[in-house]
Order: sequence, then structure tokens, then C-alpha cells
Amino acid sequence: MKIGAPREVAQGEARVALTPDSALQLQKLGHICLVESGAGKVAGFDDDSYRAAGVTVVPTAAELWAGADVIVKVRPPEAEEAAQLKPGKTLISFFYPGQRSEELAAISATGANVIAMDMVPRISRAQKMDALSSMANIAGYRAVIEAGANFGRFFTGQVTAAGKVPPARVLVIGAGVAGLAAIGAATSLGAITLAFDVRPEVAEQIESMGAQFVYLDFSEEQQDGAATGGYAAPSSPEFREAQLKKFRELAPNVDIVISTALIPGRDAPVLWTKDMVEVMRPGSVIVDLAAERGGNCELTVADQKIVSPGGVTIIGYTDFPSRMAAQSSSLYASNIRHMLFDLTPGKDGVIVHNMEDDVIRGATIAFEGQVSFPPPPPKIKAIAAQKPKPKAEELTPEQKRAKDVAAFKAQTRSQVTNLIVAAVVLIAVGAVAPASFMAHFTVFVLACFIGFQVIWNVSHSLHTPLMAVTNAISGIVVVGAMLQVGSSSTIVLVLATISILIASINIVGGFLVTRRMLAMFQRS
Amino acid sequence: MFDTGVVSAAYLSAAVLFILSLGGLSNQESAKRAVWYGIAGMALAVLATLVGPGAANLPIVAGTFAVAAVIGWIVAMRVQMTEMPQLVAALHSFVGLAAVLIGFNAHFELETVNALDPAARDALTGFAGLLAHKTPVEINILKVEEFLGIFIGAVTFTGSIVAFGKLAGKLDGKAKKLPGGHVLNASALLATLVLLVMYVGNIGVEGRELTVLLAMSALALFIGFHLVMGIGGADMPVVVSMLNSYSGWAAAAIGFTLGNDLLIVTGALVGSSGAILSYIMCKAMNRSFVSVILGGFGGTTGPAAEIEGEQVAIDADGVASALNEADSIIIVPGYGMAVAQAQQTVSELTRKLRAAGKKVRFAIHPVAGRLPGHMNVLLAEARVPYDIVLEMDEINDDFPSTDVVIVIGSNDIVNPAAQDDPNSPIAGMPVLEVWKAKQVFVSKRGQGTGYSGIENPLFYKDNTRMFYGDAKVAVDSLLGKLA
Repeated sequence: MKIGAPREVAQGEARVALTPDSALQLQKLGHICLVESGAGKVAGFDDDSYRAAGVTVVPTAAELWAGADVIVKVRPPEAEEAAQLKPGKTLISFFYPGQRSEELAAISATGANVIAMDMVPRISRAQKMDALSSMANIAGYRAVIEAGANFGRFFTGQVTAAGKVPPARVLVIGAGVAGLAAIGAATSLGAITLAFDVRPEVAEQIESMGAQFVYLDFSEEQQDGAATGGYAAPSSPEFREAQLKKFRELAPNVDIVISTALIPGRDAPVLWTKDMVEVMRPGSVIVDLAAERGGNCELTVADQKIVSPGGVTIIGYTDFPSRMAAQSSSLYASNIRHMLFDLTPGKDGVIVHNMEDDVIRGATIAFEGQVSFPPPPPKIKAIAAQKPKPKAEELTPEQKRAKDVAAFKAQTRSQVTNLIVAAVVLIAVGAVAPASFMAHFTVFVLACFIGFQVIWNVSHSLHTPLMAVTNAISGIVVVGAMLQVGSSSTIVLVLATISILIASINIVGGFLVTRRMLAMFQRS
Repeated sequence: MFDTGVVSAAYLSAAVLFILSLGGLSNQESAKRAVWYGIAGMALAVLATLVGPGAANLPIVAGTFAVAAVIGWIVAMRVQMTEMPQLVAALHSFVGLAAVLIGFNAHFELETVNALDPAARDALTGFAGLLAHKTPVEINILKVEEFLGIFIGAVTFTGSIVAFGKLAGKLDGKAKKLPGGHVLNASALLATLVLLVMYVGNIGVEGRELTVLLAMSALALFIGFHLVMGIGGADMPVVVSMLNSYSGWAAAAIGFTLGNDLLIVTGALVGSSGAILSYIMCKAMNRSFVSVILGGFGGTTGPAAEIEGEQVAIDADGVASALNEADSIIIVPGYGMAVAQAQQTVSELTRKLRAAGKKVRFAIHPVAGRLPGHMNVLLAEARVPYDIVLEMDEINDDFPSTDVVIVIGSNDIVNPAAQDDPNSPIAGMPVLEVWKAKQVFVSKRGQGTGYSGIENPLFYKDNTRMFYGDAKVAVDSLLGKLA
């Protein structure tokens, strides 16, 4: 089959759907590649480089449209381009069929097959042909570069001999592919990056890119991105209010806002209102990646850079990928190549348009004269559904009570057993010991009991002082020695005196050390 | 001179004050008052004894006390906070020795009293008088009490001296036993029992009671020495609290001998306090009291898991930049911090980090250091506010949300093998889960193992960096590099 890439006719479009590199790969699949003369010039690929890769360069668009079986393009075809299609030909390009039903009807009437690159389903297998993501990645990166070019200061904080420079604060709204790319670029330039998204499950991705997730305390926000194929869904008015309130809070403190919030099939939500722009510092920059669909910022003018009365630059360009045509062409061409790889299962240069294949079916919007949009839902879900949060085993009040009762019974049993054993031992002692001993024994047992009760309450951090105190008061044996010092026997007198000496050292030393320790504990 | 009733009332008040003193240690603020309760109780008890019946030789008592007070004051003021464990151990040995001497005195008095004729006995006062009025059964009980007092006192005495030696580094910290090991201890204990029966039952020892007591004392001294020699340095927190308990029981036994309720009450308080502390320490190490006392780690069921990977070192610049970037930091101090006297430097580091608006906290494992609560005291000395010093249970769940953990001179208490490796000698011991933090820095002198002698897989983890060097020098080098 002959695969041909015409020069893009749209004003300012610099990209091209076929590069010398992708042509080489396509030839390995058995295809013949054509390119219109000058198609890659702006993106940095001249005709000679195509010729070197074995591509036939045809002089005019008409010849290309007539000669190629598969036409690969970037932008949706213009009416006059579409008119040149015939049954048996295939067009692969962006199309946006959701918003362009008239064009879709017209093009399907030609009898050609049309594959829209923007309709590639978001499943793992199709990621290699996900042109929206590759373009969004570039847009996010470029948005930061554009912001930097219009921002009069450093991104990174620096301390220089000439003074201290604070780091720029960047807020990224919407953490899709473009948003995450913007976060990555902004943080690697050294800015402090904040990011917001309505899907709480992306918080982890945001943090993994080095930004801080702006957490919105709103109970209703638990929408699951998995249900909408990983895209954001429209939110409730209450949620929107909470969101705007948060942004109003952030506005005076951010230098750069990069907004990427898009909801599939709708106008871009307005998230950055006029009053927020007004409170931003002069010199701040807003880059609105949703400009083509109305913009996230109220003041955005599509395709233009404007400066608000307060000195805030608002960039509404819609051609960020085209501004990096070399990079975006090679990525887009490689997405196209992957699509053709799936369309050429035999690697023999024969296109098999298999409508049973989830990816091909999903992206095909017109097939053999019929409109085949919207596609049936894919058999495989885009991403795994959010795992339900592990919930602590909630016991019902009855179960809880039953458990408490059981624990209480077990405790009672063991305590009663211990008490019985202790009572038996005590009675046994009492049976043999004289009354005078029992009096002291009673005191002893009660004291042990008090000791146990009291010591359990001692705080862990005070265990060392506790030991010092107990050590000091165990010097109470001095009392025993003092009672013996009155003895008439010399040896008793001497021993008792020594006892008094060392026990007193113990008392004095122990208490003083404890005081020293306790005096050091202080509250912050 | 006051009569017995007044003295008893004073003793009762003293006992109540002692209980209040221990109870007051439940928090830092009331603890400052609690120590005064203890001092007041002691003063009351001593004064009541001095002016009560049976007191004599006041000049000797007063002189001795004055000398002791000076010595005690000098010791208490001179000691470094890092030397607290050995000081406590040394003081325990004093109580033990005092108990032994008082026990012997009781024996001598008993002998003297027995030698007197009935008429002279009636004239006796004080302790001798008390003895003179005892029935034969009471005399036998008295002998048991006296015997026990001397025995426990002697074990406490040598045990504490060995513990002091180990803690002060004057003796090798490793567990050492004479050939025969615990069989020796057991035989000595058995021999002591035989001697007890001979002494109390007066079987074949007529006229040689003193010899029996001396023989028993020798055996007890040996048991105390050998028992503590056989326990490794890492188990010293348990040993010290155990000896604390023993010194209490010795005082209680003496109290029984002398028929003095105050001694009994106080001894019982101290004894149960030490016992509970030992229990808490053992639980913190997930080991039974018996296995600690028998020394060394119990046998394992298989080879410990091999550790893969290598220890990656880092310099002060690396640690400092990680600290500058971190928002939350937890410091885990261990014995190494005490050895290097690094607590002041660590406190300075904490102050700087907190001034930079970072959340800094300390995680204290119950057996960190060589004494229960050792780390708390050192940090308090270095003026680290106590409300950022948390215990294991309070902080263990916070590690996953922590940016940087600095482990300063601790090893076994942060060893993940306790959870992961069922064959590890410390398997099942609760540990601080530092490895769950984003980054861990381990300040350590070298690549050696800790007191327990086992490898620590923490050092080989991907998020761990080894910061070699003396803890004080290492932390000092960080101070200058912080933003």
C-alpha cells in the first residue's frame, strides 16, 4: 500500500505526519511512502532527507491525494481535501468527530475509511498510538517554557552576592498528561509547584512529580476517574464553588498559573476568574492550555498573548505542539506508525481494517460509507477501578458488647483464680506463723499491692528518675542500723555505724541526683 | 523522748509520703513535687527514729550522717548524666551491703540475748528487748528473715558491683560464665537452702551459727557475681531494675527481722517497683524475664536470613541537604549517643531544625540505652523539650509520613529482622519501624554489629545511608551545613 503525507494546509501548522524515521519503519512493514514536497520543511525535514529514507517526493497535493491509498495527516482535513477521498482509501488524522458531525457525515459519504487519532481508546495496548497524550506532553512542557519566556524572573530560588531571589510559585490546574508534564518541567527548573485536580486519585502522581497536591476538603469529590476512561467528569456547582474559593485563596501567592482543565466533549470550565487575575502580582503569567475550547481563564483570548490591566500576561496559544514541530512531528509520526503496524498484521504491506479489534474499531469513525461513531464501549476498561478504601472491621454494637462481656468474663476468671490461690497461700502462712508475724505480713502484702498499683502509672520517660527515687528510699534501712547502734556489743556498734554511713550516702546521693534529673525536664 | 505511739505515727506518715512520691512520678510536672515528698518522708523517718525509743549513741549517728551527706552530695553533683546507669548500680550495692551488715548484727544481738539469764532479759530495751520477748516460734521466723535479708543483700551487693563495672566499662560487657554455667548458680542456691534448714532447725550447728551465716554469705556473694557476669551489656536495663527490686526486698526482709513496719512498707514499694520495671523492659524486648536472667539470647531454630546488598555511606553534605529539604524529621537516639556524649549537639541540631520550621521529634524505644528511660534523661539534660520526645507506641505509625529519620547510635531497636526474619535472635521484639520513612541516615562508629552481635538489614536498605563517625563529631559537622 502507498502511504502518503500531504503538507498541512492549516495556517501556522508546522507538524507533519510522516518523518524520514517513521518512513523507514513503515517500509519494513511492506508499505511504500509518499510525501508532498515541502511537507516537512518547517519541522526541519527537507525533501532530500525524505528521499534519503526512500520516500517518493511528489510535487503537488493533488498528486499525493490521488496516488496514496492511506493518507496520514495531523490536522482534520479541510473540505476540499476530504473531497479528494474515494472508496478504498483510508485517512488517518485528528478529527474530533464529537464536535464535527457535519464534516463527519460529509467525509463518510465519500466512502473512504477514516481513523481519528483523537479517538484511540485509552487502554494499555493502545498507549503507543495515543497521540493526544504525546501532544499533551509537549504542550505541558512548552507551556512552562512559554511562561518562563514571559516571566521576568528566575524559576529557582537563589542566594547571590547581589541579593536573595525567591523561587517562583507555579500552580498547575488539572493533572492530566499535560499537567503532569508541566509539573515536571516547572519543578526541574526549580520552581515551587502546586497542582490541583478534581480526581483525588491523582494526588500520588502529582506528588511523584515533585509538586504539592492542593487538597480540597470536600466530601462529594470522590469521583472515580476510571469510570470516564481516566478523564475528569463535570463537577457539581457546590464543588465548583469550593474549588474557586481555594483558587481565590491561592491567587495572590502564585506567580505562574498553567491551566490544563478539559472535560471531554464540553467547553473548558472557567476556573480562573477575572477577580483572581486582578489579585495576582504584576508580572505574573497565566498559560491557558484550554484556550482552544474557550479557556480556563475568563480573560483568555484564543491564539493570542494579552496583558491584563494589572500587568498579568495571559497566553492563549492553541498551537503549543506546533511550536515544537520537530519534537511533535517525530512523536506524532511514530504514533501513526504504530497505528499502521496494527493495521498491517501480516507485515506484508496489506492493510486489514479489522473492525473486531478494540483499538481499530474505537478509532474508526467512518467505514465503507457508514458513520461508525460513536464506537461501542471497549471490552477492556481503560484503567483499573479505584480500589475501595480498606475499611476497618466495624463491629455492630451487639458484637462489640458481646466481645466486651467475653473479655470481662475472662478477666474476672483469671483474677478470681489468682485471688483464690493467693488466699490459700496466705491462709497456709497464717496457719503456722504466730500473730506477731502475721501483723507485719499484712503490712507487707498491702504495701506490695500499693506498689504495683502506683508504679504502673509512672510515665515511661520518668523510669530513670523512678529508679533513682526508689534507690534513695531503699536507704530506709538506715533506720534498722540506727536501732542497732545502741547495742552494747562493739562489733554490732561498728557494723551498724558502717551501715548508717553507706545507707546515708545512698539516701543523700539518690535524692540529689533525682532532683537534678527532674529539674531538667522542661516543656517546649 | 517520744513514746512508741508517736514514732509509729511518724512512720505511717513517712510511708504515705513515700507512696505519694512514687505516685507523683506519673508526669513530669508533678514529679518535681514528688521528690520533695520522698525527702520529707525520709527526714521524718530518720528524725522519729533518732528521738524515739531505742535510739542511742546520737553523736555517732549524727557524725556518720554528716560524713555520708557530704560524700553523697559530692557524688550526686559530680556525676555526668551519661554515667547515671553506673551510679544507680553503685548505690544499689550500698543498700545490699547495708542489709548484709544489719542482718549480721541481728544475729549477734540474738546470740547475746540468748546468752543472758531470764532476769537480765526483762531489763533489756530497744532491739535487744524486742528479741528478748520472742517465743521460740518467733525466734525461728526471725532466723529465716535474717537469713533471707543477708542472702538477698549479698546477692544485690556483688550483682550491683558487677553491673557497675560493666556499665562503667571497667569490665567487659559481654556475657561471661564460669565452666558449669547455671549449674553453678543452681548448686549454690541449693547449698544455701541446706544451710538455711541447718541454721533455723539448729541441726548440728550448735555453737557454729556464725560460720553457717558466713558460708551462706559467701555463696550469695558468688551467686550475685556470677549471675550478672553472665548477662550481656544489652540486657543491663533489666539487670539494673532487677537489682533495684532486690535492694527493696532486702530492706523488707530486714524490716521483718527488726519488726519495723516502715522498712517493710518501703522495701515492698521499692521491690514491686523494680519488679514492674523489669517486666516492662522484658516486654519491650519480647523476652521472658527468665531468659534475660539466664543470660545471652535464646537458641534459634534455624540460620538467620542472609542479607543482600551493601551499606552505602554518605557524607555530612548529603545529610545536611536532605535535612534542609525535609519537612518532618524523627531522631532515634541510642546508647551510641550516650557514649559519644552527643546529646548537647543533638539538642543544638534539633533547635536549628525547629527554628527552620521543620517538625522534629524523638522516638524513644523502651530499652534504648542502658537504663530504663536513659535517653529521656539525657535529652532532658540537653534541654530538648519533653513534649517532642515520644515513646515507641506513640510514634511508630508516623514513620511512613516522615521525610528523614536520623538513627544516632542505636542498632537492635531499629532492626527490621525482628519483624521479617523468624530465625533472627530478636524475632518478635517490638522495634521502631524507621525503614518506612522516605530516608534513613544511620550515624554509627563503624560497620560493626550492635551489642547483640547480630546483623541489621536496615543498613542495607535502599533508603538507608550510613553516616560513619563518632556521633558527636558527625552531628557537629552537620550543624555548620544547615541552611
